Amino acid sequence: MSVITLTINGELVSARSGQNLLEAIRDQGIKLPTLCYLDGLSTRGGCRLCLVDISGYPRLQTACTTTATEGMVVVTHNEKINRYRKMILELTFAERNHTCAVCVSNEHCELQTMAAELGMDHVRYDYLNPQLGIDISHEKYGVDHNRCILCLRCVRVCDEVEGAHTLDVRHRGINSRVITDLNRLWGESESCTECGKCVEVCPTGALFDKGMSVGEMKKKTNFLRRILDGREKNQWNR
Amino acid sequence: MNETLKKKRLATVWLGGCSGCHMSLLDIDEALIALVDRVDLVYGPLVDAKEYPEDVDICLVEGAVTNVENLELARHIRTNTRTVVSFGDCAVTGNVTSMRNRIPISDLLNAVYHEASAPIGVEALKVLPALLKKVIPLHQAIRVDLFLPGCPPGSERITAALNALLDETELDLQPHMRTFG
Repeated sequence: MSVITLTINGELVSARSGQNLLEAIRDQGIKLPTLCYLDGLSTRGGCRLCLVDISGYPRLQTACTTTATEGMVVVTHNEKINRYRKMILELTFAERNHTCAVCVSNEHCELQTMAAELGMDHVRYDYLNPQLGIDISHEKYGVDHNRCILCLRCVRVCDEVEGAHTLDVRHRGINSRVITDLNRLWGESESCTECGKCVEVCPTGALFDKGMSVGEMKKKTNFLRRILDGREKNQWNR
Repeated sequence: MNETLKKKRLATVWLGGCSGCHMSLLDIDEALIALVDRVDLVYGPLVDAKEYPEDVDICLVEGAVTNVENLELARHIRTNTRTVVSFGDCAVTGNVTSMRNRIPISDLLNAVYHEASAPIGVEALKVLPALLKKVIPLHQAIRVDLFLPGCPPGSERITAALNALLDETELDLQPHMRTFG
């Protein structure tokens, strides 16, 4: 394994050759916010929170989709980046109906925690209050599109880890919706294996176990590393 | 009395909310006793004052702006108050109060008043102020100086905010003290 050297926030640091920049930054103990990134899943640069300044690039880049390279000069936090991150969060809150007080994931939500951590104490944009549905046709799980931030962790875990590819996205941009099969009700899906991985990796209350009330939905993502290590490092072979 | 020791004039206001934030204010327990030494409570649901007074130092505004009466009062508060605080999630985000924004007003009034029976029958519409088309957070109606999220904000948050305001220091809440919900 070859090692490269790059500069992060003025400090010379080393990273593994080919390592993703987000991981290289976090390896230095720097807190870089993310919502769509999840260790073990492919990266997509969807939430935009890991934006960093890389010398030579005309605009900010998402660290999760950038490969760390030799001699790279990176700034992870400055006045402009911090301001952009706050704006991104505000837009996320304004886009759908995130009413934390009455959400199944209240107090266990990555979006809610992120807002507090980044100091987003109010939203300067008009709330769009879109009319969005809830699908509770499935016996075990429900999806509330009002809470969805389109991080697409659910789509990726379903495809890449479970191998079912039940979940996908229809439409584009602000009209995007996570769908099951070819936009059938979840309860009528033929491909869904009911494994529940999508629910566990969802950072908000968009995917939930049915029967959960306000603040009761706690999620765990540690199963993911365990499954992938077992698979990739052949830990399950005897 | 020395000018610096003069009590601050505190008002509290209940707009479109459930009064839970006011309950939480009462829940600050013994801090209330320290508070009454430092403020004069000049207006709000907890005191008997009919008109919002002039020259208020601090106003805690609970609730979102839902109707024309809220809007008028909010503007009046801004004109007569040095520091306006969005007090709790409804004031800060619209919160539960704004969940009606997806429903046309005529449908709302029909469901709640026309199709309902006493005690909230159709006669209540005579005194109901005209609803705004959309519920808005306080800062979209008037300039807000401080945001105190929470549904309701817990006693620790309220005490920290009031102390900062009374001491005229910067409010520096830890992340876990400034979450919504």
